[in-house]
Amino acid sequence: MRNNLDVIAAYSIMLGLIILVGFLQSWSMALSILCLCLISAVMTIGANIQWGYAGLINFGIMGYTALGGLAAVLVSAPPVEEAWKAGGLDMLLCAFIIFSMIFIIRLVLKKFSKSKNRNYIIAAVIVAGLILLRLISAPAIESIEAINPATTGFLGGMGLPILFSWIVGAFFAGGLAYVIGKIALGLRADYLAIATLLISEIVIAVIKHEDWLSRGVKNVIGLKRPVPFEIDLQGKEWFINLVQKFHQGSLNLISDNLERQQALKQLVIESSTVFVKLCFAGLFTAVVIVLLIVTQKALYSPWGRMMRAIRDNEEAANAMGKNVVKQHLLIFVLGSAIVGIAGAMMVTYDGLFTPGSYRPMRYTFLIWVMVIVGGSGNNFGAILGGFAVWFLWIEAAPIALFLINFFTSGLEETNALKVHLIDSIPYFRFLMMGVGLLLIMRYRPKGIIPEKIKRV
Amino acid sequence: MDFLNAIILLLNYLFVPALSYGSQLALGAIFVSLIYGILRFAYFTAGDLMSFGTMFTILFTWYFQSLGINLGFLPTALIAIPFGIIVTIFYVLLKDKLVFSYYRTKKSPPVMLAMVSIGTMFVTQAIVRIIIGPFDRRFFDGEKFIIRANEFKEMTGLNEGLAIKSTQVITLFVTIVVVSILFWFLNKTKTGKSMRAYSDNEDLALLSGIDPKKVVMTTWVIAAILATVGGALYGLDKSFKPFTYFNNMLPIFAAAIVGGIGNPFGAFLGGYVIAFSEILLTYAYKKFFVYLLPESLEPDGLLQLLSTDYKFAVSFSILVVVLLFRPSGIFKGKVL
Repeated sequence: MRNNLDVIAAYSIMLGLIILVGFLQSWSMALSILCLCLISAVMTIGANIQWGYAGLINFGIMGYTALGGLAAVLVSAPPVEEAWKAGGLDMLLCAFIIFSMIFIIRLVLKKFSKSKNRNYIIAAVIVAGLILLRLISAPAIESIEAINPATTGFLGGMGLPILFSWIVGAFFAGGLAYVIGKIALGLRADYLAIATLLISEIVIAVIKHEDWLSRGVKNVIGLKRPVPFEIDLQGKEWFINLVQKFHQGSLNLISDNLERQQALKQLVIESSTVFVKLCFAGLFTAVVIVLLIVTQKALYSPWGRMMRAIRDNEEAANAMGKNVVKQHLLIFVLGSAIVGIAGAMMVTYDGLFTPGSYRPMRYTFLIWVMVIVGGSGNNFGAILGGFAVWFLWIEAAPIALFLINFFTSGLEETNALKVHLIDSIPYFRFLMMGVGLLLIMRYRPKGIIPEKIKRV
Repeated sequence: MDFLNAIILLLNYLFVPALSYGSQLALGAIFVSLIYGILRFAYFTAGDLMSFGTMFTILFTWYFQSLGINLGFLPTALIAIPFGIIVTIFYVLLKDKLVFSYYRTKKSPPVMLAMVSIGTMFVTQAIVRIIIGPFDRRFFDGEKFIIRANEFKEMTGLNEGLAIKSTQVITLFVTIVVVSILFWFLNKTKTGKSMRAYSDNEDLALLSGIDPKKVVMTTWVIAAILATVGGALYGLDKSFKPFTYFNNMLPIFAAAIVGGIGNPFGAFLGGYVIAFSEILLTYAYKKFFVYLLPESLEPDGLLQLLSTDYKFAVSFSILVVVLLFRPSGIFKGKVL
């Protein structure tokens, strides 16, 4: 029970901090911090499944996040019919060629025994396939990208509600993880880290530069939303009534009718953003709670015990007849799929897909800081890590400003050092993250909320 | 004549840039490999350590420039590099004392140390950005070209020019000097041999009376020297931007692993393998074949295997292939 009190206390403090932001800065800001905290929490659950349950290092989180985002585009963007007419069939043919290449290679691997000839055959298949792909795809891509490049220039999506993409994103990320896992899971821990990091960079390179698929660095904007748009909300009768009811007291104080109308209008505009963010926060909270319940159940199931056994002593688990390779692959796919959900959620929340913004610092290393700081192996810890680190990441600038002003209060406003320090405030967040990570690893290596093993 | 033109074309656009880029990567890869061999963890701060060293080189360059000291046709940065190295050495030793030594004495698993190095990566990145800012900076002065393209054309009467930047020659020269001293040190001196022994078998090395503290310290000093030199050369050749340096960590890791991690000589060659394959696969060969083939056979397209956007992806794909088929790297053999 005492341990549970720790968890409750930690979460209450976190919630209190966010509410404090609401009072000190603005509610809209507090809610956007909350929303991104929730998204980060989903990512940390994914990373924690891999690292905390199974001891696998996955530095490719950025790649899965981006794939989830791509899923959001492909599911919800309206299809560009001209582009499909211009080159859609050719691209489908290319996909078919890729699949048949894989199929042929698998067949060759199965039918022939290991020999030099087999390698030559595989090499020939790959080279021939690549040339064929190039010949078919080059004109198709050109014609797709030529169609209305300022607004579309890509194949578009399927025009479905964006909520579907959360599931599709999971499948995309899981599929990629399956391929990567097949390639790289046999490697030693630190090799795996580097390999996944580099593979995620390849994924980003593809998404950035294949304009026919994702519009690349031209970004996709104006995606659909599962919640109403602010501007629609401001015209709705019931919403205005709701705002009026909510602020009855303060509105009644204004005697002039015209002024009261003005004040109400202002309030409606402000409340509409808060309302939209509240809706998002509700959706995200639902996802986090569902994932939390499922992962908690899994952790304390026989399967979870087996995973911990594999993590703590691979050879012993192997000797007990557990299929270590298969379980590693499974958990690698599951964890990555959860990260994919988070990627789709993030694009849904932003309403735009910007491949250029996917950087390893923000999407891989920061998530790892969250997992380590929060407490690996414990879902409550990982989620708390997501909250705490994201909160600090956003609020680092005001905190740094306060500290700089405090320590340099003896100096004049125009002092070169002070001006320079204030100019570089955005970079203090890196310093805080780094120092925080180092301190936690040194003095609390198991994280804020350490892993608890329930004895049955 | 056309044949000569084609060769010069390749030299100008492929060989010379790849050679200098490869040298810069090689210097980074060697120290990553050394740290992996001796301290036994993946050092994620690599790129940022290079930017740290370069930053101090730039600061000293500015200081010397303000004093009016220069090297004539050579860049002033060459005098500043030793000072940059000294600061970087202090920095890595301090970092080792404050951060890494604790985990080493506790015999933490390598993964833990790699995570710790991510912490130091954040800190180093913050220091660099707070001191010098995230912007692009050029600090090259002196003579820019050794041979200009049109001078070369006039000299030889060929259609294609060969431009050799002085930074490319400096890079190559400095790399050869630094790397030969390093390998001489590792192979001939007592300290170098003890480092190799330590990397080969830690327990045996300790039994034979090798002082681990000295070995670790020497490794960090070498790492700081290589990082500063490599970073400063890269900055002279292109420009200094902290974000680019952070990104360079990835091809450096690729080079180190391709060369067989823990093996500095392999890493040295790995740097060139990565640089050459990046440039070879993304170069448009159209002009080259225009020179070589008769007019009737002239190619239509650019004859580019991959668009230049995929430059980084090439090196990573090579890495994946190497990991798949030869996890111990192309140049395995004796470690260190």
